[in-house]
Amino acid sequence: MSVLLIAEHNNKEVRPFTYNAITAASQINEDLHVLVLGHQADDVAKSLSEVPNVKKVIHVDNEIYENYIAENYTAAIIKHAESYSHIVSSANTFGKNLMPRIAALLDTSQVSDIIKVISEDTFLRPIYAGNAFATVKSNDKKKCVTIRPTSFDPADKSGGSAEITKSDPAEASSSTKFLKKEEVKSDRPELGTARIVISGGRGMQNGENFKLISDIADKLNAAIGASRAAVDAGYITNDHQVGQTGKVVVPDLYIAVGISGAIQHLAGMKESKVIVAINKDGEAPIFSVADYGLEADLFEALPQFLSELNKLNTIQK
Amino acid sequence: MKILVAVKRVIDYNVQIRVKEDGSGVVTDNVKMSTNPPDDNAIEEAVKIKEAGKAKEIVAITIGEEKAQETVRKALAVGADRGIHVKVDNVIEPLAVSKILKKIVEKENPDLVFMGKQAIDDDCNQTGQMLAALLNWPQATFASKIEVRDNVLEVTREIDEGLETIEVNVPAIVTCDLRLNEPRYASLPNIMKAKKKPIEQLNASDLGVDINPRIEQIKVEEPPKRKAGIKVASVEELVQKLKNEAKVI
Repeated sequence: MSVLLIAEHNNKEVRPFTYNAITAASQINEDLHVLVLGHQADDVAKSLSEVPNVKKVIHVDNEIYENYIAENYTAAIIKHAESYSHIVSSANTFGKNLMPRIAALLDTSQVSDIIKVISEDTFLRPIYAGNAFATVKSNDKKKCVTIRPTSFDPADKSGGSAEITKSDPAEASSSTKFLKKEEVKSDRPELGTARIVISGGRGMQNGENFKLISDIADKLNAAIGASRAAVDAGYITNDHQVGQTGKVVVPDLYIAVGISGAIQHLAGMKESKVIVAINKDGEAPIFSVADYGLEADLFEALPQFLSELNKLNTIQK
Repeated sequence: MKILVAVKRVIDYNVQIRVKEDGSGVVTDNVKMSTNPPDDNAIEEAVKIKEAGKAKEIVAITIGEEKAQETVRKALAVGADRGIHVKVDNVIEPLAVSKILKKIVEKENPDLVFMGKQAIDDDCNQTGQMLAALLNWPQATFASKIEVRDNVLEVTREIDEGLETIEVNVPAIVTCDLRLNEPRYASLPNIMKAKKKPIEQLNASDLGVDINPRIEQIKVEEPPKRKAGIKVASVEELVQKLKNEAKVI
């Protein structure tokens, strides 16, 4: 049977992690269908139909799908579930909120946050903040799986021409109402997909000092991350949090500044290709995962770092 | 209003996890155990709502082995009124947990069910949403702010893009984020008083739900180790290494 992937989008564009989830989903089974639930999201359906890995797009257009109300989404997905062996989505706040609701109604034990597809019923997933990897086999007939997007490359976006079929909406829930979304707009790359991430921790001391980080982020075209301590202290907004309960990032370069390296933070960044730690405490646990450690006062090191970068003739973007 | 709060006993968040050599799981013997951190936020929020005069009773529930009772006792010490301990002998999956919780909800008739958004042991992030589905109740996950009005909750949720605010009708399930509040510590007199608060004990097998595992854990292994890095002496050296050795800038 085929796999049904639930697309994440903003009604205009496909959200980037959907492409990573497509890669994983098509490793489970090549007959991959994508469900687009949205309001006036024709462009989203069209974009997904052009992904070579996608064999069919099912598009449901209704204003009740303008926002991600899990109750409304679930009712629509259940209507289609019968024809599929697997229902999958990305394991970000979108999929984490949605998939268990679907799984419970299908009486399926969900497999969360997989980092590898071993076979169509067996998967690798991190547990205990990534301090152990579990190989698990699902014995449910129908499987609900969420995919850690940063563990899979994004699928090619063009060259395909899947059929788009329209389908009817399901009933809307009357007990949940969307009020507002406070989205932080930024010209910088998205934290989850950036090639370079520079993060600040409690050592930054206040929100103003994050300017030292943003100046370097501008220079490197990097995304800005933060430890939970920095977010809790109000230095920076929650969408920047990297860690077990925040975002998991796997950039080519991760620069941790003034971050001690609690287990919960390491869970969100230790798979990065190259890790740099700048911390004045030479014993900080962050150094145990760093490829390059600099024991220094960040208030001296960051301006120097910027001026050294300015001296370089070329910087990869 | 009556609030049911679900708490789970897990390996303490500060403990360095060790994988068993035979690949059957992680070492739990002689390891410090605590309440799952965001479950502490769930209890705290319930207590604050009660203190504000908007809830009459808080019932704390845990599902687990004999010692899991400690987490209920702790919840009682910070303000829950009574406890329920559903005994199970083995680790059960979130689907089974939500089926047990559904039975308890049907018996207790709470207006709200709170719990942490995720347990830090299996990192599943499923139980609240599953319970909401089984009860056909609305769900407000990853809550960082809750306002209680007449039979309606306004909940601010932490999502990838920032914050989202939704309104859910009561009865509802809320899963709590770590930023929802600052959990209080139990005072010694309250710990003593908590010892007298009742904890009802039930056996999962008496509840008539299927809690058999659906997922086989084939093996548990250590993640690949990073190779040791080096310390650099200066910012200049760091930038040169990143440029010429790691070739990432």
